[in-house]
This record gives sequence, C-alpha cells and structure tokens, in this order.
Amino acid sequence: MNHELAIETKGLVKTFGKHRAVDGVDLSIPKGKVYGFLGPNGAGKTTTIRMLATLLQPDGGEAHIFGKNIVTEAAEVRERISLTGQYASIDEDLTGIENLVMISRLMGYKKKEAKARATELLAAFGLEEAAKKQVKNYSGGMRRRIDIAASIVVTPDLLFLDEPTTGLDPRSRNQVWDIVRTLVSAGTTVLLTTQYLEEADQLADRIAVINQGKIIAEGTSSELKASVGAGTLNVRLADSTDRERAITILSEKLQTDIKTSGDTASLSAQVGDASLVAEALGELVQHRINVSDFSLGQPSLDEVFLTLTGQKTESEEEGKQ
Amino acid sequence: MSNQLDQTSMNEERLRDAIASRTRPKRPSPISSSLTFSSRALLRIKHVPEQLFDVTVFPVIFLLMFTYLFGGAIAGSTAEYLQFLLPGILVMTVAQITMYTGIDLNNDIRKGIFDRFRTLPIWLPSALVGALLVDMVRYSGASAIMITLGFILGFRPDGGIIGVLGAVGMILIFCFCLSWVWTTLGLIMRSEKSLMMVSFMVLFPLTFVSNVFVDPSTLPGWLESFVDVNPISLLVDAVRGFMHGNVTGEAIMWVFVASGIFFVIFAPLTMYLYRNKK
Repeated sequence: MNHELAIETKGLVKTFGKHRAVDGVDLSIPKGKVYGFLGPNGAGKTTTIRMLATLLQPDGGEAHIFGKNIVTEAAEVRERISLTGQYASIDEDLTGIENLVMISRLMGYKKKEAKARATELLAAFGLEEAAKKQVKNYSGGMRRRIDIAASIVVTPDLLFLDEPTTGLDPRSRNQVWDIVRTLVSAGTTVLLTTQYLEEADQLADRIAVINQGKIIAEGTSSELKASVGAGTLNVRLADSTDRERAITILSEKLQTDIKTSGDTASLSAQVGDASLVAEALGELVQHRINVSDFSLGQPSLDEVFLTLTGQKTESEEEGKQ
Repeated sequence: MSNQLDQTSMNEERLRDAIASRTRPKRPSPISSSLTFSSRALLRIKHVPEQLFDVTVFPVIFLLMFTYLFGGAIAGSTAEYLQFLLPGILVMTVAQITMYTGIDLNNDIRKGIFDRFRTLPIWLPSALVGALLVDMVRYSGASAIMITLGFILGFRPDGGIIGVLGAVGMILIFCFCLSWVWTTLGLIMRSEKSLMMVSFMVLFPLTFVSNVFVDPSTLPGWLESFVDVNPISLLVDAVRGFMHGNVTGEAIMWVFVASGIFFVIFAPLTMYLYRNKK
C-alpha cells in the first residue's frame, strides 16, 4: 500500500447479474493531479467511481483511498472524499443557499458558520443573484456549479466528478474546467469521467481509456496520441477526377491506406512519420495534381479511441448527424 | 467586455479563497444531523405547500365522505355513527399518509441527492430519522384537523382531552414504526409508480378489512379472525378506548407489540438497504 497515492486499486470487479460492469481494474493515481476516465456510455466509469466513493461494494479485488480500504474503512474514506454525480445531487425544491447551508450543517458547521460558508461559496461560484431561487429554476451550468459547490463545502482531498460537463454549453463547460483547475492548484486530487476526448485532453494529467469494464490504455494525453502515430493528413483535391491517381501516389509514398469519404475531393490518411508528408505532397504537384487544401493534425483523442476500441465515440457519432 | 473580464477574475480570486479554506469542522452529532434533515423537510413544505394536501384536504374529505355515506346505513344516524367512526377513520387516514415517507425517499434516490447524503461522514440513519420527525408533525396536524372537524360535526369524546391526547399518542407511535415498512419499500422499488401500487396493495386491505367501519362481530368467521389480528384493528381498539374513556391495558399493550414488530423488522432492514443500495 502506497501512501503517496490518492487511489490504488487491484483487480477491482463489479458484476450486475452476469454482466461484468467493472472487470479487473488496476489503478495507481498520484495525489494532486487530475485523472481522467475516458470511455463510452456503459464502459464502467460510473460504476468504478461509485465503488471508490463507498456507494457500491466491489465484488472482487480491493481499493484504497489515501491508504484506507473502501470497504472496511468506509467512514474514514468518506471524511476525505466528495462526489458530484451525473445527476444534480442537490434538492431541487430548495434554494441555492438553503442547499449549501444544509450541506454545511451536515458537515458540522454551526448555524452562523454554515450561513457564512454558503454565502462565500455562492459568491465564488457566481451564484449570488440566484441564491434565493429554487434550484429547479437554474440553468444547466448553474446547476452544475451549485452541485460542485456543495461538494466542496469542506474542500475534499479527493473529488469525484462524474461527467461534469455533459450537456453544458461551452461557456459553462469552461467555468467547470476553471473550477477543476483551481481545485487542483489548491491540492485536491480530481478523478473525472468524461465521454469528451477534448475534455480529457484539456484537463487530465493522466487518462485511462475504459471500455467494457477494462482499462485498455493508460497514460498522458500525448503518450496516448503518440501510440497512434503522428496524426492525420487531410488533403483536398482541386479536381476530384484526379482522385484515383492521387490515392495511388499517396498510398505509395506514405505507405499506408488512404481513407476516402462521401466527399470525392477529400482524402485522409493516418501518418506514422510526419517527414513523409512533405515528400508525398511534392509528388502530387509533380504529377500536376492540384491540391486546394491540406492539413496535418495531431491525432485527436477521437482517433486514439477509435484505434484502441474499434468503436466510434459519441462525439463522432453526433458529428455525423 | 472589460467589465465582464473583471467580474470573472474577481470570481476566480474568490474561488481560490473559498477552496483554500480547508477547515473541517467537527462531525455533527446524530441529533444535530437529524434536525438538519428535519429542517430540510420543513423547507420543502414551505416551497411545495401542495404536499400538505394529504394531511389537510384528504382527512376532511375522508371524514365527511364516510360519515354521511355510511352513517345512515350502518348506525341509523350520522351522529351516532360519527361517535364510532371518528377514531377509526382517524387511524385509517394517518396510516395511509405514512406511505408518503417511502415515496419521498424513493424520489431522493432517483434524483441523486441520496448519493450525496450517503457519502457524507454523518450518522447514516439521520436522513430518515429527520424526515420522520417532520412526518410526526404532519400526522399530528392531520389528527388535529380531523378531531376538530369531528367536534364541529358533533363528536363528543368521553375520554376528554387526556383521552384524545392519548389516542393521538398511540397513532404517532404506531405510525412512526409503520413508516419503516415504506422506507424499506422505497429503497426496493424502482419507480414511484410501482411503489405507490405496492403501498396501496398493502394499505387498502389493511385499513378497510379492519374494525374501522363496522363491528367485526357482524363479519363471517374467517374474516373476523383476520380483522382481529390486523394491526390496524389493534390500534383502532386502543384509540377508541382512549377517546371513549374505556381503554384497557391490554389494548395499549397490543399496539406496542404491533409497533415493535414493525420497527424491529423494518428499521434494520431499511438501514441495511440504505447502506448497500446499488
């Protein structure tokens, strides 16, 4: 057992009937970082978090939070963690301030202190004006913020955020990201789950890609990206009748398959070595094939995910619709 | 634009300050956390006063409906019947209201706030105990309304004020214990609809097939023997006794036995499910 770790699990398993929702998860998450769980719906992210937050008992393996066993020392674990679930875990019929005062009281603040702490948090989260409104009248972003505020009434050493930005507009999403960064700079370890690759990329120091209850890849975002090569070359031809010739030339030079899409003028390819790209483009020019546009992008985590799982991610699916 | 930026940066500073304070107060006592949950329930009533219908309008409708519907047929006159019916209908109404305890808990679970409560370092049962304390107030309110209305309609308790208070006390003890049946069901059932259905399935036979409306000696033997052991009948016996001033120690004892059985089985079961809810 390593006390420098915020979370340590060995062979964590949770089954629901015959379904192995979490199937042997090993984690070593250091203190003071943001750790991201990335995976599609039903991958086992939430189930893992619920076990770590002492809400679910594991069926196999073991887990320690700051060296405390999540089953036998659940009470000690609860003193150091906080959970912001996928659904607003506050009372929607109550006002913002009533919610925060209630949680403050449950954390052990006396009446006056509870009021002061609630007011302080509402101000910090930009919710002063909504303090006396019922939470059910809040916008999605405000709801998320009050939910996170409720989780840090006593700043936890470890905060679980289950899909903190799902369904939020970009501005609210950025606010949540700012909150997470501030929390981490103050020494809190954050474990967040997300379906958005961009989010994991932006926020997480390390990422575990989860699929069907198993961790299929783990590392920093650049490590994960590096595992699928230099990136994707996109080429747009000026004249789509050159398509076949262009494909032949590119696949020869880049030594890889060229992907085509419904748009007959555009081609793309996964590239292992960026220096080959310049040569390949030069070759096109020599054969008088005009390129109207081209780009070489760092591989997105979408591509990483696709390569690792063979599945399309939700954001890609949505993008197509 | 610059104004907006200023605002953002100010928030960030406040955010940092708010997060930086890592004071952890001493854990609240079980009493204090239970009372916090009670004040939550009171705040909910303040914001959603409609939820008081079940303890205000419901009892009035019940009392008027059954007094005038059955009074003539069963006892020959409504005044006569009210004397017999009021203690019973009081028990029936309050017993039926108890099922909302389970529905509230069920809602908390589905909405996610339940998860937050369970990850707090507090005495676990306080969420339920706090809510039940407020329920006691609601039950007392319903009782007061029904007894007052009964008095206006001509009900005269021979047991006097002491008898009435004793009767309400019996009801509160019994209903506190009965509530744990609904909290257990509230933790098991997956939707509010199915919970309502099961609760009604238990409550309807229990309250109607009892001595609330009729004298059990008029029933066929097999039904009479069920009515005699029905916990609702036992409670009605004691409540009638208190109100009419002829309560027996035996009747009181049976209420305690029935309540005790409910509590001993369903309170630990509720807490077990509460702790291990998936």
